[in-house]
Amino acid sequence: MIDATDIINISLVGSTIRLATPLILAAIGGLYSERAGVINIALEGIMLAGAFTAAAVAAKTGSPYLAALSAVISGVVVALIHAVACIRYRADQVVIGTAINILFLGAPALFSRAFFGSSGSTPQLETAQRLPNLFIYIAFIAVPITYFVLFHTRFGLRLRMVGESPEAADSAGVSVEKIRYMAVLISGVLAALGGAYLAIGQNSFFTRNMTAGRGYIALAALIFGNWHPTKTLLACLFFGLTEALAIRMQGVVNIPNQFIQMVPYIITMIVLAGFIGRVHPPKAIGQPYVKERR
Amino acid sequence: MQRILDSLLFPLLAVVSAFLVGGIIVFLVGDNPLRVYEIFFASAFGTIDGIAYTLFYATPLIFTGLAVAVAFRCGLLNIGAEGQLYMAAFAAAWVGFTFNVSWWLVIPLCMIAAIVAGAIWGGIPGLLKSRFGSHEVINTIMMNFIAVGITSYFTQYYYRLPGDPILQTKTIFPQAQIPRMSAILGTVGISFPAWLPLNFGFFIAILACVFVYIFLWKTKWGYELRAVGANASAAEYGGINVGRSIVLAMCISGALAGLVGINEVLGYRYRYYDGFSANYGFTGIAVALLGRNHPLGIFLAALLFGALVRGGLFVNIFSDRVSKDLVVVLQAVIILFVACEAIFQFLQKRNLATGKN
Repeated sequence: MIDATDIINISLVGSTIRLATPLILAAIGGLYSERAGVINIALEGIMLAGAFTAAAVAAKTGSPYLAALSAVISGVVVALIHAVACIRYRADQVVIGTAINILFLGAPALFSRAFFGSSGSTPQLETAQRLPNLFIYIAFIAVPITYFVLFHTRFGLRLRMVGESPEAADSAGVSVEKIRYMAVLISGVLAALGGAYLAIGQNSFFTRNMTAGRGYIALAALIFGNWHPTKTLLACLFFGLTEALAIRMQGVVNIPNQFIQMVPYIITMIVLAGFIGRVHPPKAIGQPYVKERR
Repeated sequence: MQRILDSLLFPLLAVVSAFLVGGIIVFLVGDNPLRVYEIFFASAFGTIDGIAYTLFYATPLIFTGLAVAVAFRCGLLNIGAEGQLYMAAFAAAWVGFTFNVSWWLVIPLCMIAAIVAGAIWGGIPGLLKSRFGSHEVINTIMMNFIAVGITSYFTQYYYRLPGDPILQTKTIFPQAQIPRMSAILGTVGISFPAWLPLNFGFFIAILACVFVYIFLWKTKWGYELRAVGANASAAEYGGINVGRSIVLAMCISGALAGLVGINEVLGYRYRYYDGFSANYGFTGIAVALLGRNHPLGIFLAALLFGALVRGGLFVNIFSDRVSKDLVVVLQAVIILFVACEAIFQFLQKRNLATGKN
């Protein structure tokens, strides 16, 4: 006979926080980009890039801090591809994001085989090569900072302006392109940290497609959280909780795992359809900005 | 003529650029790009087996490419072909192992099941879009994961053979199988290796190309669908029911993606195999973009990607530095270049100051 306290207890809080951490980092990252009007489906791919880079650098150098730093750089590089394609070349933001996600389904395995002789996963890391807690702190500090930046700084005001009404921002003398570039690059930094946490925080290696859709769940949390930092944090914690419950209930309770895992996706669809409150996506989201010419 | 050349130019440039990038990556990981590309194309086109496999791998990509294209023509991005084809393949398999009736009844039933399941799974995001305005991209992504969950649940708990370590259903009844190419060519006296998996599904793919062409360019519904894609508000002003076109486009898109299930279940594995799709749905986006959302272009693009899959397997064997994942990278880079065709516009004399289109 199992007791409810076997599933719901204090350690559930811990695992919820750990499972929510990569979601928070990626979702808050996505928040910058989308608030500035650039859809970031590429979160999944950026996370994968960060995860692989972190695991590979940690394995090669043994330094987890260098690994985290390299992951950030990889995130910036991948976000730059997204930014240049979407902002400079005004390509379809969803298509580019999808391409980046596909790219990092393949690229890590390709490099992994060349560097480590196995396309399956990178070598197992020792405890000293990992950073189990740092990313959790970063994630939970990122939320209030983002709140402050977004609503109490000039940069935040401009960022929201560019996402809501790029024409108005432009006529007010704000460079739409510049703000959008910065926003997408910040999202790259945070999403890559989320991926790095998976590889060198939660686990001790990189495996193929190790994010397993967490970039998309982060996107879902961003929508569920109405593109607002605090609400997005709560959405991430909620999705982290469902994942933690799914893991605990495995083989214990008669609810199949598959159904618990579906919860975030179903909720997102319901929220998007407007059954729970109203969603207010940034008005200019997905639209490339073309400066008027005379 | 100029138009045809123009529409060939950008895809070709994109493919060549992607191969250059791929070549640089191959060089970086320590192999000879020329040798790798030689293995690629020799294994894909050099032998009858190679060609047959290329066509076999191209078949699901023709379906998903068409699926993405039909939605695209209506101004929608269907990222959910992956989920739609999973639901469809499972539905086809379920009919195939449940109804022990004659082949002329069970095969059409399986096909209808696949088409309907795909159409429903594609139609839901279409309906949500037209009814509530919720973005089809997010909904199709979410429904991919839901489809994976549902099919894996039913496979695991209801239709797996007891003791089977692999997550797959029991097999369909033999009369539900569609013929392999060896049997088809055998009836006209041509001998063809029986072990090659190329099957009747390839002909269905060609028929699907013809269907999509006729539907989009020769019917009223197709015209309305394209009008909505070109300019939704103008179409509405012109008396077209935009919502209905959106739902129709997504249903047809889902149904086309669902046809993958026929090739996979009725023509190849004869059962539902959990997670069988090698990203067919996402590759379909690359195929549709590269094929410029036209059935003929999609057919050619699918052949290229089919060849890449085949070649990738051989590269995996013959190179100890480069793995078959190079194919995935090439696909992604091709999408990047096709989507950013503005990169190549310096080649064009026309000044497109207003952006694309």
